[in-house]
Amino acid sequence: MRTYLAHRLLLSLLAVWGVATLVFFVLRVIPGDPATMFAGPSATATQIEAVRTRLGMDRSMLSQYVDYTGDIAMLNFGTSYRWNRPVLELIVERIPATALLATAALVIAVVVGLPFGLVAAAQRGRWADRVISVTSLVGQALPNFWIGIVLILVFSANLRLLPSSGIGTWKHLIMPAFTLSLPLLGVLVRLVRAGLVEVMNEDFIRTARARGLSDETVIIKHAGRNILIPVITMIGLQFAQMLGGTVVIETVFGWPGLGRLLVDAVGTRDYSIVQASIVAIALAYAVVNLFVDLTYGVLDPRVRVA
Amino acid sequence: MTAASAKQNSGPLGGAMPGPDGTSERLSDGGATTGPAAQPRARGPLIATRRNKVRALRWLAVPLVLFVLVTIFGPMFYEFDPVAVNVMARSRPPLTRLADGSMTWLGTDQLGRDILGQLLLGARVSLLVGVATIVIGGGAGTVLGAVAGYAGKTIDNVIMRLADIQLSIPPIVLAILLMAVLGQGVSTLIITLSITRWARFARIARSAAISVKERDFVLAGRALGARSPRILRRHVIPFLWSPLVVVATLEVGSVIIAEAALSFLGLGTSAHQPSWGLVMANGRSYLSQAWWISTFPGVALSLVVVSIALFGDQLRDILDPKGLSR
Repeated sequence: MRTYLAHRLLLSLLAVWGVATLVFFVLRVIPGDPATMFAGPSATATQIEAVRTRLGMDRSMLSQYVDYTGDIAMLNFGTSYRWNRPVLELIVERIPATALLATAALVIAVVVGLPFGLVAAAQRGRWADRVISVTSLVGQALPNFWIGIVLILVFSANLRLLPSSGIGTWKHLIMPAFTLSLPLLGVLVRLVRAGLVEVMNEDFIRTARARGLSDETVIIKHAGRNILIPVITMIGLQFAQMLGGTVVIETVFGWPGLGRLLVDAVGTRDYSIVQASIVAIALAYAVVNLFVDLTYGVLDPRVRVA
Repeated sequence: MTAASAKQNSGPLGGAMPGPDGTSERLSDGGATTGPAAQPRARGPLIATRRNKVRALRWLAVPLVLFVLVTIFGPMFYEFDPVAVNVMARSRPPLTRLADGSMTWLGTDQLGRDILGQLLLGARVSLLVGVATIVIGGGAGTVLGAVAGYAGKTIDNVIMRLADIQLSIPPIVLAILLMAVLGQGVSTLIITLSITRWARFARIARSAAISVKERDFVLAGRALGARSPRILRRHVIPFLWSPLVVVATLEVGSVIIAEAALSFLGLGTSAHQPSWGLVMANGRSYLSQAWWISTFPGVALSLVVVSIALFGDQLRDILDPKGLSR
């Protein structure tokens, strides 16, 4: 188990390092002077010189890259010209908001998605199944940021029930979290339905039924456990999409998270923040995937690693 | 997919279409179907035949064909200047007659620009970016993946580690980075989105290439002296065709959404080139005064991507029932 863990940890770190490398080259290969870019549009000549020294622009690309990797490893992301504060501070400040939003969306997707998938499978072929299946397919396909706009239109602009932007009470959270949950919600319903329908034909289900167990016990304990692995995998895979989704959804709802920070930083050409927030998002993604991989062993003894 | 879910897929549509062309189809199917056709009475309508599925697919293609036709010909019949601002006709609701006597079907935005006109031009951006990205990104991914799977060893390692890096960052975030660096515009959108899409194609192509590599027909080809590029082209890539067509179809929808999302964030098309995402972003600040600005581009986008999703799902059912494309 320990070697496996170490191996997976190493792979995750490699992925983050790869992303950091990609960001380094993308931001330095572009036409223009990176020092001017990182110093910001209103920087004075001395400020640009200071950044140039910090980035080591006079040295070779390779030695700059080595320094950069060291800086990232030490979480030293430099200073934002716009906020005049360490980038790390700005990032750390924004993490709770994004984590709250993503977690709430995940909870909504699971709490709503699993029961609906179960009902669809149990009512297979009947109208409840049709309604749920079609709704989930459509819901998954729709651009969720537009659904967010429609929600604002209905619940904020017209009914005046919920605030259209900002953070604070649960009322602020409900629309962005629901909007963000939609793609995962749709996938989960379909996955649970398809998985259950398939599993219900297995011999061990027939055995359980023959032993006189109730439908609920059979579905939840016997069939349910078998579809947990694909469900967890899908949640993990979709979490990446969700992290990406926060960028757009946070902009729609004026949610002060990491994604909003990134978009604003691109708008104000604050490249120190752009660089750092992308590395932060990649790191979060790697952590989630690692976590997903490790839960397999707990859920399915067959893949328990030595 | 089981028979039941297949039925549910094609049932409502396939069943509702008595199909004037039913006879000709039965003829064209010839003797090939007599085997299965002799049985279905027993299990009755639960079995969705391939023919029914194909018929359903044809109906699901109708909205897509309409979209392409409107995109190509729409702007020819509907004169519209995206740059012209008309302060006399700001934020008019749909179906208003303007001062110059013309009708604005879907209303105007806060600068008096006609929404329908913007949507028609925006459709071109969506279609162009969607298709070009899949051709370029999907094509490159397929070739790289097939080469990686077929060649193995170092080449495989290098290509797939690159794919891993690309897949370890949410596509929209990578796209934001690239758009921020490359600048706005349709061609940069295509390049950017291609870079964010190739890896998925590469993975599918690679796994299929590995599974096909040791098959007899590939070995036979090699024994006959064919070189690797020829084997890849003639034997490996055709084998990948079905799952790739399915993924490509579904990905067109997600690329169109990605384009709209980037434009919504102000990182897509330039301000003079109306795209659906850009129009939506314009209307975001006027939701309580002018609901139509953001609503209609969203409706258009939703109709297109849902049509693509339904079509792609059915296509997968027919071409790739084993689910390589998942």
